[in-house]
Amino acid sequence: MNYDKRSLLSGIKAFIAETGDMAYFAGRFFREVFKRPFEFKEFLRQCYNIGNRSFLLVGITGFIIGLVFTLQSRPKMVELGADAWIPSMIALAIIREIGPLFTALISAGRIGSAIGAELGSMRVTEQIDAMEVSGTNPFKYLVVTRILASTLMIPVLVILSNFLALYGSFLVEYLKGEVSFRFYFDEVFRAVKYTDLIPSTIKTFFFGFAIGLVGCYNGYYCKHGTAGVGIAANTAVVKTSLMLFIIDFVVALITDILFLS
Amino acid sequence: MIQKSVQKNVVISIRNLNKKFGNHQVLEGFNLDLYEDESLVIMGKSGTGKSVMLKCLIGLERFDQGSISVMGRNMEKLSSEDLSYIRSEVGFLFQGSALYDSMTVRENLEFPLRRHKIKFGHIKNTTPLIQEALESVGLQHTLDLMPDELSGGMKRRVALARTLILRPKIILYDEPTTGLDPITSKEIVFLIKSVQQKFQTSSIIITHDVDSARHLADRMILLINGKNYAEGTFDELDHSDDPRIMAFFKS
Ligand SMILES: Nc1ncnc2c1ncn2[C@@H]1O[C@H](COP(=O)(O)OP(=O)(O)O)[C@@H](O)[C@H]1O
Ligand SMILES: [Mg+2]
Repeated sequence: MNYDKRSLLSGIKAFIAETGDMAYFAGRFFREVFKRPFEFKEFLRQCYNIGNRSFLLVGITGFIIGLVFTLQSRPKMVELGADAWIPSMIALAIIREIGPLFTALISAGRIGSAIGAELGSMRVTEQIDAMEVSGTNPFKYLVVTRILASTLMIPVLVILSNFLALYGSFLVEYLKGEVSFRFYFDEVFRAVKYTDLIPSTIKTFFFGFAIGLVGCYNGYYCKHGTAGVGIAANTAVVKTSLMLFIIDFVVALITDILFLS
Repeated sequence: MIQKSVQKNVVISIRNLNKKFGNHQVLEGFNLDLYEDESLVIMGKSGTGKSVMLKCLIGLERFDQGSISVMGRNMEKLSSEDLSYIRSEVGFLFQGSALYDSMTVRENLEFPLRRHKIKFGHIKNTTPLIQEALESVGLQHTLDLMPDELSGGMKRRVALARTLILRPKIILYDEPTTGLDPITSKEIVFLIKSVQQKFQTSSIIITHDVDSARHLADRMILLINGKNYAEGTFDELDHSDDPRIMAFFKS
């Protein structure tokens, strides 16, 4: 009992300390992101890497989610005589919640862990030190570019995922309800308002920032030893996932207060 | 050897260096002088702070107490221009080579060349310099290979070429032969010797390997418990009857 209390307490302490470190890391990002030189080539390379690593996975899962979601909700909607509502209901669920959150979670597994492992191994093998003595600020070159790339690319991936999810949903409606493409997407665009689009789009930038930030943080401060690299990659995923849900919750709260009530 | 030391200029000087990680006192009163053109070998057990000491020298690691002067510049109060200058004049060969594994050999060598503008300004065509650096380590043909296509010995050579490309006056070698087979180790030792002669560099070489020390050392320092335990030429230390010194030389 006593032991539990103490380990809980030290766990909370460690959590707070780490949150502070990460906030400092984020602060350093904002200080250095506007300083010259801007490592444009490395930034583009990271954007390409992120897109290239994830677009297939994100696209396929998005498509399947839209498909399955529609398959499962359809019988009940038909029973209630509300089949005409299916496109708008699915669209809202996907655009406001499912698309961004799923894409971000998948990307945390794919991109966050890749960044964590890459920077972790560069730290352990002294490549980061080598960069620094070669007249380069490694934080700018490695961290700033990756966080920026992730902040900008996750929204792009979410848009891709949303479209494919809607297309998957449309396919079910087309095959089962003989709904035309035109009708389906007219319904979708009628249902989705700016008050849906804006908060959920803003949210995706925060998701992207969180994924890049945590991945970089864990890799950049990777403890020595090759075992540290695996841990860096793994903890990046766990922490990012938790952070994504928290961001999701906060954005939902704020949106609710601002637009809905 | 002492004669030589008296005449030459001191290029690096460390006085009473102290460095702690948490409660772990790594360096405690370490001193060092490196003379121009000298090849100084430092031996010490693993984890005694040899790498930390080199990193303090080049501003990669802060130190708690003491003073370090590199080419007449005080490492504590250093403008960023001076730090940049020192880093272009003092090459660092990292323990595991530290080649950038997402870049080709050419890009690895191009990296310091393009970024240390302080030394060469903007270079239009880097290829001749890259070729020349690779030739001096005997690896012209690896230009477009990736680091993971190279053997351990080749990686060290490329890393040395990456260091040489800036024409440093001093090179710090962190365990240049560790992890290599005996034959490759010997090749690296002779390469270091030829670099010292060809480029007139002063060197600090960290090693565990008695053979490397024998071939490379003008003078040696044994690092024990965070400070200099003994200093002298290879022969002087090799013939010592102090058991703690003898422990390094028995093979
Ligand atoms: N960044 C660091 N944080 C904490 N401890 C460190 C750090 N770097 C080195 N150490 C510790 O300092 C000691 C000396 O390390 P090092 O200089 O790498 O030894 P070596 O003489 O083998 O090169 C080791 O015990 C190591 O664990
Ligand atoms: Mg070491």
